[in-house]
Amino acid sequence: MRQPDFRTPVIGADSVSHEARLLSLWETSPGLKGFLATVDHKQIGIRYIVTAFIFLAIGGLEALVMRMQLAGPNLSLLTPEQYNQLFSTHGMTMIFLYASPILSGFANYLWPLLLGSRDMAFPRLNALGYWIYLASGLFLYAGFLTGNGPNDGWFNYVPYASRDFNPGLNEDFYALGMVFLGISTTVGAANFVVTAFRTRAPGMSVNRLPILVWGTLTASIANLIVVPAVSLAFFLLWMDRQFGTHFFDPAGGGQPLLWQHLFWIFGHPWVYAIVLPAMGMVSDGLPVFCRRPLVGYSLVALSTVATMILGFGVWVHHMFATGLPALGLAFFSGASIVITLPSAVAVFAWLATIWLGKPVITTAFLFFSSMILLFVIGGVSGFMTASVPVDWQLTDTYFVVAHLHYVLIGINVFPVVGATYFWFPKMTGRKLDERLGRWNFWTMFLGFNIAFLPMHLTGLLGMPRRVYTYNDYGGWQALNLITSIGSLVLAIGVLLFFINVIRSLRLGAPAGKNPWDAPTLEWSVSSPPPPYNFAVIPTVASRHPLWEGRLGTDGGLSSLDRGMLLDSGKETIGTSALDAEPDMVLEMPGDSFAPLALAVGLAVTFVGLLLRTWPAAGAGGVIVALAILAWLWPRRELREREPAHG
Amino acid sequence: MTASPLGYLGHAAGVRAQAILPLTWFTLSVSIVVCLIIGAMLWAAVRRGPRNNAGGDVASVAVERGPNGTRWISVGLAVSAVPLAITLIWTMITLAAIAGPPSNPDLVLDITARQWWWEVQYDSPQPSEQFTTANEIHIPVGARVLVRLHASDVIHSFWVPALSGKTDAIPGQTNATWIQAGAAGRYLGQCSEYCGYQHAHMAFEVVAEPQAEFDRWRASQLASAAAPSTDSQSRGQALVEYRCGLCHRVRGTDAGAVMAPDLTHVMSRRTLAAGTLLNNPGNLAGWIENPQALKPGNQMPNQFLSAKQLSDTLAYLETLK
Amino acid sequence: MAEIAVSQPQNLPVGPVGRYGIGWWGVATLVASEAALFSYLLFAYYYTGATTQQGWLLEPSPALKLALPNTLLLLLSSLAAWWGERGVLQRRRPQALAGFGLAFLMGCGFVAVQCLEWHSKTYGIGVSSYASLYFVTTGFHIVHVLVGLLVLLAIFGWTALDYFSPRRHLVVSAGVLYWHFVDVVWLFVFTTYYLTPYLGFGR
Repeated sequence: MRQPDFRTPVIGADSVSHEARLLSLWETSPGLKGFLATVDHKQIGIRYIVTAFIFLAIGGLEALVMRMQLAGPNLSLLTPEQYNQLFSTHGMTMIFLYASPILSGFANYLWPLLLGSRDMAFPRLNALGYWIYLASGLFLYAGFLTGNGPNDGWFNYVPYASRDFNPGLNEDFYALGMVFLGISTTVGAANFVVTAFRTRAPGMSVNRLPILVWGTLTASIANLIVVPAVSLAFFLLWMDRQFGTHFFDPAGGGQPLLWQHLFWIFGHPWVYAIVLPAMGMVSDGLPVFCRRPLVGYSLVALSTVATMILGFGVWVHHMFATGLPALGLAFFSGASIVITLPSAVAVFAWLATIWLGKPVITTAFLFFSSMILLFVIGGVSGFMTASVPVDWQLTDTYFVVAHLHYVLIGINVFPVVGATYFWFPKMTGRKLDERLGRWNFWTMFLGFNIAFLPMHLTGLLGMPRRVYTYNDYGGWQALNLITSIGSLVLAIGVLLFFINVIRSLRLGAPAGKNPWDAPTLEWSVSSPPPPYNFAVIPTVASRHPLWEGRLGTDGGLSSLDRGMLLDSGKETIGTSALDAEPDMVLEMPGDSFAPLALAVGLAVTFVGLLLRTWPAAGAGGVIVALAILAWLWPRRELREREPAHG
Repeated sequence: MTASPLGYLGHAAGVRAQAILPLTWFTLSVSIVVCLIIGAMLWAAVRRGPRNNAGGDVASVAVERGPNGTRWISVGLAVSAVPLAITLIWTMITLAAIAGPPSNPDLVLDITARQWWWEVQYDSPQPSEQFTTANEIHIPVGARVLVRLHASDVIHSFWVPALSGKTDAIPGQTNATWIQAGAAGRYLGQCSEYCGYQHAHMAFEVVAEPQAEFDRWRASQLASAAAPSTDSQSRGQALVEYRCGLCHRVRGTDAGAVMAPDLTHVMSRRTLAAGTLLNNPGNLAGWIENPQALKPGNQMPNQFLSAKQLSDTLAYLETLK
Repeated sequence: MAEIAVSQPQNLPVGPVGRYGIGWWGVATLVASEAALFSYLLFAYYYTGATTQQGWLLEPSPALKLALPNTLLLLLSSLAAWWGERGVLQRRRPQALAGFGLAFLMGCGFVAVQCLEWHSKTYGIGVSSYASLYFVTTGFHIVHVLVGLLVLLAIFGWTALDYFSPRRHLVVSAGVLYWHFVDVVWLFVFTTYYLTPYLGFGR
């Protein structure tokens, strides 16, 4: 029987039978099948978060071992090769396997809840993104654990990365692993972009989007454009290494600097992609603890986009010492100085929000507010390196190491930990322990600053980066020892965080729907939310639906209790891009094994390529093709097909 | 505690470094002031928190729209723009002043960075005035020295902080940089682009000296190796030609390979192995015997010489001043 | 008392209608990403050519006798795919099958001619950076063509199974979009490798 092509959605209020119906439509199957085939964005989000935190811990352990080697001059705990693999793997792990996936995890979990929707636009693609992330992470670590970890730094310059100088499998693991991981980043980005534009609650116009959505959306659009650059660079490197091509080697007419251009065209936007969503977390969370809306919402949203756009035009500041013509350097130096301005907008907005609000000190607040200072410290050290002549002294010293840790830990890790304290109650129905949280905060804050603040001086005293040992030149020994001690304290702080999370899963104080009396839509549903998120599709009338009565909005009030029921199938509402007018009922897919199968097929392909066993690579390709075919096979229940004639 | 020889904040001895130093101090001062101001503002803003805390019960503190507050952003941006603009202009001026190599250099060097040492060629219009040395660069005080950088294997970076900023040495291209020392002294340099196992031990020294001393040094470097005068030295020379000559060169002997540092005047240098060891008899012996222990992964294999062979080799090498 | 605004849309389409569906946008974002990929490949060509020595081009005047007709063949195949999509839109299954089938065959022809072209080159992939760039860029393109051929085959098969109607054919639109993309990419690759030498680049 033909299903109706048009429908006027039934408007109503929630009821027990309605919820039961939705549950049966949306719940993941129990047991192993559900575990392997789920497309529930909340489950996928939690997987991303847990996996990313595990990689954070591993990367942190790598750093601790390095800091023991560097605690004194001329120590020999590690051989040069061991140290080189450690610092390279540490960078790769933190930047690729932690910093972006953790934000994907939070965004995956939160976006539909923030947007008033029941799922992301592409639930199966969402699942695929996670499986590929897991598989590529294991692939990359298989290299490290077999003594074949990358050893040329996370940015992997040629010619050292080429076969002549690096004949082992190290670089092949890294190159192919990165191409593999890039698929996850790309499909995740596509999902965020389409979700942001097409699946919001009615009334959630662009000027009502939470800043986390602005940040993740901006990062996702950027990733779609720049991830291919790095994937291509790694692929061409693999070709040079395995098939004797000459993209990068000068002897054959290749260009070592081509690698740097391709890498940094990706790399610079990437570092904005791993902080802008986290800044969004602060922009959304901090105001809750200041009991007022964010100051300058529109400016913050626009500055997010402006920072990313400018971020496409500064990549050469990683290459100031490579001998490029001074005119080119001047342009990129200017752009790198100017980009400070849009990034400063958020800092002033946050400061004003605290000052003009009524701050309530909680652990989440401490992390969100302290990151402002860390942001500024990281920002000013970046400003210093933006000036070409100054950078000619600072680059490749520990000054840059200090800078990058302030921006990455300050603008990614601290907001993420704060976000965990903020949203853990929503995800689990329990609060994290506040007393342990204070210990967690202060150890992390003090440990981090003890480790990395003196590091600026270490760099100004000339200590170069990426050295497995050093002589006791004036001050280096004392400073390095202080940094190593600080890193231990920081590690203890992170450990306290993990302990708090694990303990609180069982022993945390129960949290209701809205323990922080926060304003956005996710706090209107139970903690944890039901699989379908919203029993009734909300209609949004402002940025702060749950605060409207108290803030005195001019327009109408949001409707949370009455709205579209959408329970004829597994359905959510599709809306227009700018004003979020409903324009389509979307039928969503249920559990599916296709994403896992596709990820397995890709893994087989990449392992085959790594080991140069072409039949295996081919078999993997066949699995991939079949999985895609099964996935895209038009389905009636998704309204993807109907016969032409009745 | 001696000052760090690679520091560039406290002092600058070269023309380019001297031009960079005040800009570095300006940006550093601005940075510190900004951090202090923002830190103070943050502290003041947060300090009002405990009044509201109510035991951390967020819901009990009433929500209020509060003042608009966007003035904070506009004022903040306006104030930030001032040091940014100053830095921008000062940067362009400094860049214009120090970027280009001199069109009329007093001295031209071709330096080839290799894993993990520096080959230094002194150029001259007269072929008989050209010579090659390694790791220790002498220049006259005040001379404008053009340095053409080459790399034979991977990317390295030439950096002598007291004199100038960094310039990379990239295989397949020649990057020109320049140094000019304002005062006499020994200035430590360091490779500043990760280049493999022993990137940590790839230093070099620039010795700036008065013109007369430089001329004396150059003349002695141009001379071929001294002839051996004792039997031990003769045996040593033969060993050097036969064994070391596979990679090293000693002008005036049959040791003529160019894959490793030129040893013709190795004893005139203050350090060995690209700044890794002080050049004294003990270290030299230790280096020849077991270079892998002192600089693991470097290109020189262990030599497995007998005690007598080692002492003969040392006896000869000691003559190469 | 401020009003509670409840959104009460009337008569909404259920599922994708024509090419208005989120699936189409999904393919469009992936196409954008792939377009970026080819941009970087072409960037590599122009960057290497501009910074290398003279005589970089192995063929200062690349032979067009295979490439130009092949380009036209690919363009015609896009036309055939478009015509096939119109067949779906107008409920004319024979036209749809003919269009997709022709596009598939022409695409196969393109691949065959490309292989012939590769075979006729006097240089191999490892000869120089120019050779590497040529083979890898055209190789990436051919891989995308092969994927496109599988897509056309799937669309052909599903059309034969009577899966589509003027309202429900999102997969067809998305697939044909992909095929057009492959075509447009080729125009850029062709211009870069076969036409810019005549304008003096890389000589």
